[in-house]
Amino acid sequence: MTIGASLPHDSAPLHVTGQARYVDDVPLPEGALHLAFGLSTEAHADITSLDLTAVRSAPGVVAVFSAENLPDMPDVSPTVHDEPLLAVGKVHYAGQPVFLVVAQSHLQARKAARLAKITYAPLPALLTVEQALAANSRFEQGPIIWSRGDVADMAKAAVVVEGEIEVGGQEHFYLEGQIAAAIPQEDGMHIIASTQHPTEIQHKVAHALHLPMSAVRVEMRRMGGGFGGKESQGNALAVACAVAAHATGKPCKMRYDRDDDMVITGKRHDLKIRYKAGADAEGRLIAVDFTHLVRCGYSQDLSLAVADRAMLHADNCYWIPNIRIESHRLKTNTQSATAYRGFGGPQGIVGIERVIDHLAHHLGLDPLTIMQRNLYAAMGSAPQTTPYGMEVDDSITDQILDRLMATSDYQARRLAVEAFNATSPILKKGIALTPVKFGISFTLTFLNQAGALVHVYQDGSVIVNHGGTEMGQGLNQKVAQVTAQVFGLTAAQVKITAADTGKVPNTSATAASSGSDLNGKAAENAALTIRDRLSAFIADKHGVKPQTVRFKDGQVRVGGEVYDFARVVAWAYQARVSLSSTGFYATPKINWDRVKGQGRPFLYFAYGASVTEVVIDTLTGENRILRCDILHDTGTSLNPVLDIGQVEGAYVQGAGWLTTEELVWNAKGHLTTHAPSTYKIPAVSDRPPIFNVDLWTVPNAEDTVGKSKAVGEPPFNLGISAFMAISHAISACGPAYPALNAPATAERVLMAVQRVQDV
Amino acid sequence: MTQVTFSLNGAPVSLSIQSPTQTLLDYLRETAGLKGTKEGCNEGDCGACTVMVTDEHGARALNACILFLPQLQGKAIRTVEGLTGPDGQAHPVQTAMVAHHGSQCGFCTPGFVMSMATAHLNGDRDHDTTLAGNLCRCTGYAPIIRAAQAAEAEPVPDWLKDASIIRAQISLGVPKGASRATVFQPISSDDLAEWYVVNPQATLIAGATDVGLWVTKQMRDLGPVAFLNGATDLQQIEFQGSLVHIGAGVTVEALRKALLPLHPSFAAMLQRYGSTQVRNAATIGGNIANGSPIGDGPPALIALGATLHLRRGDEMRSIPLESFFLDYRKQDRRAGEFVAGISIPAKAPALRCYKISKRFDQDISALCGCFNVTIEAKNVTAARIAFGGMAGIPKRAAHVEAALVGRPWSLQTLKAASAAFAQDFQPLSDMRASADYRLLSAQNLLTRYFHDLSGQPVSVQQVHA
Repeated sequence: MTIGASLPHDSAPLHVTGQARYVDDVPLPEGALHLAFGLSTEAHADITSLDLTAVRSAPGVVAVFSAENLPDMPDVSPTVHDEPLLAVGKVHYAGQPVFLVVAQSHLQARKAARLAKITYAPLPALLTVEQALAANSRFEQGPIIWSRGDVADMAKAAVVVEGEIEVGGQEHFYLEGQIAAAIPQEDGMHIIASTQHPTEIQHKVAHALHLPMSAVRVEMRRMGGGFGGKESQGNALAVACAVAAHATGKPCKMRYDRDDDMVITGKRHDLKIRYKAGADAEGRLIAVDFTHLVRCGYSQDLSLAVADRAMLHADNCYWIPNIRIESHRLKTNTQSATAYRGFGGPQGIVGIERVIDHLAHHLGLDPLTIMQRNLYAAMGSAPQTTPYGMEVDDSITDQILDRLMATSDYQARRLAVEAFNATSPILKKGIALTPVKFGISFTLTFLNQAGALVHVYQDGSVIVNHGGTEMGQGLNQKVAQVTAQVFGLTAAQVKITAADTGKVPNTSATAASSGSDLNGKAAENAALTIRDRLSAFIADKHGVKPQTVRFKDGQVRVGGEVYDFARVVAWAYQARVSLSSTGFYATPKINWDRVKGQGRPFLYFAYGASVTEVVIDTLTGENRILRCDILHDTGTSLNPVLDIGQVEGAYVQGAGWLTTEELVWNAKGHLTTHAPSTYKIPAVSDRPPIFNVDLWTVPNAEDTVGKSKAVGEPPFNLGISAFMAISHAISACGPAYPALNAPATAERVLMAVQRVQDV
Repeated sequence: MTQVTFSLNGAPVSLSIQSPTQTLLDYLRETAGLKGTKEGCNEGDCGACTVMVTDEHGARALNACILFLPQLQGKAIRTVEGLTGPDGQAHPVQTAMVAHHGSQCGFCTPGFVMSMATAHLNGDRDHDTTLAGNLCRCTGYAPIIRAAQAAEAEPVPDWLKDASIIRAQISLGVPKGASRATVFQPISSDDLAEWYVVNPQATLIAGATDVGLWVTKQMRDLGPVAFLNGATDLQQIEFQGSLVHIGAGVTVEALRKALLPLHPSFAAMLQRYGSTQVRNAATIGGNIANGSPIGDGPPALIALGATLHLRRGDEMRSIPLESFFLDYRKQDRRAGEFVAGISIPAKAPALRCYKISKRFDQDISALCGCFNVTIEAKNVTAARIAFGGMAGIPKRAAHVEAALVGRPWSLQTLKAASAAFAQDFQPLSDMRASADYRLLSAQNLLTRYFHDLSGQPVSVQQVHA
């Protein structure tokens, strides 16, 4: 079996020797030009004059574009045509591209981009959700409200908690910055780009150049990390390259310097979540009322779907009889917030986990007790429905909690933490367990489709193309394993090459954790088509039924004979059997009405839970993760080591989001944390020193590829236990509820310590 | 034109370079065609560009993005392409990284591999320290550490063993061809003193961990420059009775190692200064001379009562370090005068250095408090307390010190002294911390110091699950 084999990442030997090629490593034809944007220094202003004389005369500069000489301004938005490539008349955030420099070298382009003389007439800038709310600056007409039951039932509650939590944004910090290149062809444009969405790039470039999509080919071998940041944010670079390449006839390449990357591109949406929740005396939820204030930035990008997903995860693992979620998608003069691993889901989950934590504090109970009293009915019993009307018929949270509590020794350690705190005045420990239930499928239903192209060559070698993109997650290896399984080959015998819009068209973004679910199935279908042809051919030759042919261990068994796979392929070729096939997959069962907030947006849920133990310093607020235990649901894992890698990495990224990763904008709307010197993703010593990760591998009840479950985003939410553990540690300092905001920097922790002590 | 000679992956390279501030990374990627070394941040914070650089002091990991080519004169550079053996044999850390799934997207991997191979060569098994300067966004680091541990037992490959073979391949000595007026590479402090007094507008470059960013981020043309790494007499640490004299050219990493037995708290703080790659390049002289209000080195040195030695031509003068810092980015340094070294006491058992930052490793302090209080017969007889990040300069807490001296060493005294912090400091709010947080935690650090001296655990790094 190649499905389920723990094979390393297919590119690992190339990674460790520096031979793995990224876009910037690909040699371009001679005469290639390099691009850089000149950026707005104002958050909101009219451009009153744009003097680019010094830019044009700078060494190496070949061309400069702005709204003045690009009247037909291309759009780079993935959704609603509200993102001109370069500012037209007005700027809407500090960092917005205003002009484009084309020069002979990357350095020359960057230097020249600093030489413009731009004058602005500043306009009032809306930077915060409060400002945007007051100005009614938003996307869509008003807030989206989904509800079930009647939150007025709150009146029947024995306890009611009310509060607000700030949930910070997050910079993707893919190690490879945004990059694209355009190479003009005799009849169109060839783009190579670091993108999660080659088809989107193809679409935007075709639109910019007024070409049919068929005249634009986009190729993507691998990204140096994506995390959602390369779903739409690469459009601008590819379109800029295409426009410049079209104008100059030369290959053009653009890569953002890291600071430019962080200043220009969108990040995870930050939110303020207001909540009021009522429960009975045992902590059983009666009603929860949420208001999400979502800071979307200056353009719509993917914000509506992100805000929807935050609402779709406002329940997490809990049955809430009466619930109301009001979501404001606020338009601000900041970078346009975009997709980031979890796509709003983690923010929604933080909201309900905060409610649980607050209620537990109020009732003097372990939050875990509250969780257990509110879980969705377990799989096998009569299913309860989510607030949006989907039956939760696969809930395994109870089983996961039971096993994880045992393996992590949760109860004894919680007592040990309390004992430690009783004798330690300055340093306090905390421990928390949080579960996750994450919905799998794009909520925009039509995106749940994928294609693949499988060729078997006459020597028996196999190549696969699929619509997914490799960003480190090991998607290509998983798809190779699935394909190899069909032919009875090893994964190493199946080659996967760059994603290419010329081979597999109309792809969806590699996003929403969907990569292997969709593309694995499509590749499997393509391979099955070819295998069926081979079976029919070889069965006919042996006078047996095609169903009796077996493909295993590189061999084909038919009518008592055993042949090498390659030999059967060679015969089939000579007999004029087609050895190439496309494959297609569309996710079944799903339907979703986002206006009503009703339907089945997800094929299934992925589950998991984590326990984190932390220590805080009550004098400075400094905090450390001491230990983490995880049990995460992958269904039948396609590749356990790759899945464990996803889980470990997602946890650390999620914990970073809620602890050290703080985005700061100053009063002028400038992002002041625009480099790794000021924006702090976890470093090596921030990982849990004790880190136990286990997979829950019961097969998916739905008919997914190999009965596996998606694993890209769900475990990101496991980092929430680190935040809740810090809250627990703070609550050891005094009687009041810590009401901790995220990220829990040393400063926020110290302020919360002061708060609980002051009461 | 400047001539630079070094060895690259075992082969001698001799270059005539147009700009003395061309970085090694740009040279590797754009001229030498070695694309394995990656650009992640172009400011020395992510480690994707890490290379191994060997000279007479041994092998060090350095960030190629903020390393100027003239700094490599006479050294041997090894990139990821040169890590495999002559017949393509994988290095043990490469094998281990594959076996333990240490790469996902792979973009940070060459940098990790070079840091790991350098640590492996040097027998350094403190992986959290040697890898603090390599950021990975995919793996959560756990598999990388497993790989580093798995490689520990493997022998150093033959092709990396004999550094002298590499050095013998290149010609050392004064680089030829450079115009002394624009690019100067002194081989001694005398050499530097003579030149700098007539070229006082020049930029002095030692490790380039700060000046590197003037070039890569601010896009500055530096004008005349002097590269100080050839002035080896500035790189000495000497014991002179009860004092230790530290040359300005001593790297922060060399200083950290020297301080381990003398001032363990200072050494522990320096372990969180930049990263291994940054400490391997940065010098204590540069740390002082650039006048950063944070700095980390200066507050500790001020608390120790360090004496700063300055030189202009043949003229030497020595001043208390604290008087060097006049105002934000303004120092008591005359034109043509340079930092030659510092002297510190060899003993200060009560010295404690506390760095507060968002992230523990490789972060710039929000504040850094250094305490050195003398207690005799339960009374405070002397106090030197200095902070970075609390003012426009590294600064002593004079009012706090005054509120302590002559009083019993007790929490009560501390409480009274605490109020004096507001007289000493009116800190700023910025992206690292608010003014309120800085002031409050500065006060609380005095409390921490009290408990620390009494032997209580006071750091979250001392606690385990």
